[in-house]
Amino acid sequence: MTDDTPPIRLVVDDTAYETRATPAFASRRRWSPPDPRLVAAHIPGVIRAVYVRPGQAVRWGERLLVLEAMKMQNDVLAPRAGVVKSVRAEVGEMVPRGRLLIELE
Amino acid sequence: MNLRQRLVEFLSKRDRAVGGGGPKAVEKQLAQGKLTARDRIRAILDAGSFHEYDLFVEHLCSDFGMDGKHLPGDGVVTGTGTIQGHPVCIYAQDFTVAGGSLGLAHARKITKIMDHALKLGIPLIGINDSGGARIQEGVNSLAGYGEIFFRNTLASGVIPQISVVLGPCAGGAVYSPALTDFVFVVEKISKMFITGPEVIKTVLGEEISMEELGGARVQVETSGNAHFFAATEQECFEQINRLVTFIPWNNQKRADPFPAKPPRSGIDLDAVVPAEPTRPYDVRDVVRGVCDDSDFFEVQQHWAANIVVGFARLGGNTVGVIANQPMVLAGVLDVDSSDKAARFIRFCDAFNIPLVTLVDLPGYLPGVDQEHAGVIRHGAKILYAYSEATVPKITVILRKAYGGGYIAMCSRHLGADFVFAWPTAEIAVMGPEGAANIIFKGEIAAAADPEAVRKAKVAEYTEKFANPYIAAANGHVDAVIQPRETREVLLHALAISAHKSESRPGKKHGVPPF
Repeated sequence: MTDDTPPIRLVVDDTAYETRATPAFASRRRWSPPDPRLVAAHIPGVIRAVYVRPGQAVRWGERLLVLEAMKMQNDVLAPRAGVVKSVRAEVGEMVPRGRLLIELE
Repeated sequence: MNLRQRLVEFLSKRDRAVGGGGPKAVEKQLAQGKLTARDRIRAILDAGSFHEYDLFVEHLCSDFGMDGKHLPGDGVVTGTGTIQGHPVCIYAQDFTVAGGSLGLAHARKITKIMDHALKLGIPLIGINDSGGARIQEGVNSLAGYGEIFFRNTLASGVIPQISVVLGPCAGGAVYSPALTDFVFVVEKISKMFITGPEVIKTVLGEEISMEELGGARVQVETSGNAHFFAATEQECFEQINRLVTFIPWNNQKRADPFPAKPPRSGIDLDAVVPAEPTRPYDVRDVVRGVCDDSDFFEVQQHWAANIVVGFARLGGNTVGVIANQPMVLAGVLDVDSSDKAARFIRFCDAFNIPLVTLVDLPGYLPGVDQEHAGVIRHGAKILYAYSEATVPKITVILRKAYGGGYIAMCSRHLGADFVFAWPTAEIAVMGPEGAANIIFKGEIAAAADPEAVRKAKVAEYTEKFANPYIAAANGHVDAVIQPRETREVLLHALAISAHKSESRPGKKHGVPPF
């Protein structure tokens, strides 16, 4: 099954090796630095309440919304002080893990 | 009742029980390309060798309308038999009876045959085909699973345990296969997952089929949960028969010896490995060029293919082969390949199977994903497994053995009994390019023609270090051998290690990084 993957050049310690990728390697995600202004769902679930609106100033640790997951009501808190730039989640909405919920300025 | 009536009564009771869930349910089972539980057992075992026990065991549950319900054999078939003459204990869940659901009586039939296998010191084969817990039995069903997992753990490293997933195996049920040594799956038939597509849809809103979530291909290619993939049940049963011939009955024995056979001709070991260290080749050609009859039985062939593991014979005796695969990811160690190799090494060590390690790798795989996935912790597993192993450990360095990869691949320093190297071996802290770029960084940068100086320095480093002779001069390599001599050298090393006995500090158990 790996025989079907395309040939690649893999560089280890400045040397490029002619080889093939594994499916896991071929589908790996490029890393990008996390943006502290973005609040994303840490677990898949349903939005049960939204406490903030755009333009509102929030303190560090202030409750932004409630994300219900695995039969538990999780408070999602502000990771830093700031002003809410946009709210991307609606009450009742089902969100996957990693979905952007709130953007701070 | 007279004697004849008693006999007739018995035969009719037996026929009813053996009929499982009845003709309709059996028809449905067959329509899915699945055999019935008893036919599966018969197909795996030697003809006529199956003896069934606990045929008349049934549940004692009286809740939710269960008191009037007859579930023949309580949905599981258990017994003993032989495979290629090897005795085994075996069970098969019967999906035709209440969907193969697991209640306490069902579980106790399984734990009873597991206890037998452990007492008798013979392999255990479990065929999973079940809708999951029998909800009506509540916590007793969970108790049943727990008692199975407990025994899987006690039996681990004492008797080989083989799981065959031939239907759904979902929720907690998947942890029995996960605790056993080898998991067999069949295309379109096996389905394994903790939470099924329905729950995922409800919780996540993601739609995925059972096949895409936890089908046979996913388990052998993506998750690494399963070890052997077959297109049909029959092919799967043949694989099980083949595996059993390579492994011993229990941890006090050795695998049965076979008549020694030379490798089939056609593989010229002197020509398999390209001298240029960046060129790929299939390391399995080296295995086939060395082992008896060129017969290599690969384990987890489709997952983490940058390392190859499996069973072969040398001079008629089973060995476990671990080999870097330059054809895939240059043969690097990474999270998955370390995990795969470590598990296989521990199986071999537990069951007295000598380890033959073939080395050709540039090191560990660089990357943010690897670091964040814990390549430190996972990579440590292979160091642990090799260091802990006390079976004969023989290493052949074919080409590159750089840095941490050199140490990890059963180097002398991790307790290898014999380390051989081919003349193409390059045993060094890293490849010449990387090394020259670091050592001569200032010199290269200050040169009028940096590229020319860099090239000269790479050539100098290659000349000096990219060979087996410095390691050989330090005794880290016992002998440099010609590739074509490898089989003879291995046969001798294995023969004189046959009675190897090495002990480790007394302890309750180690704390491996898993």
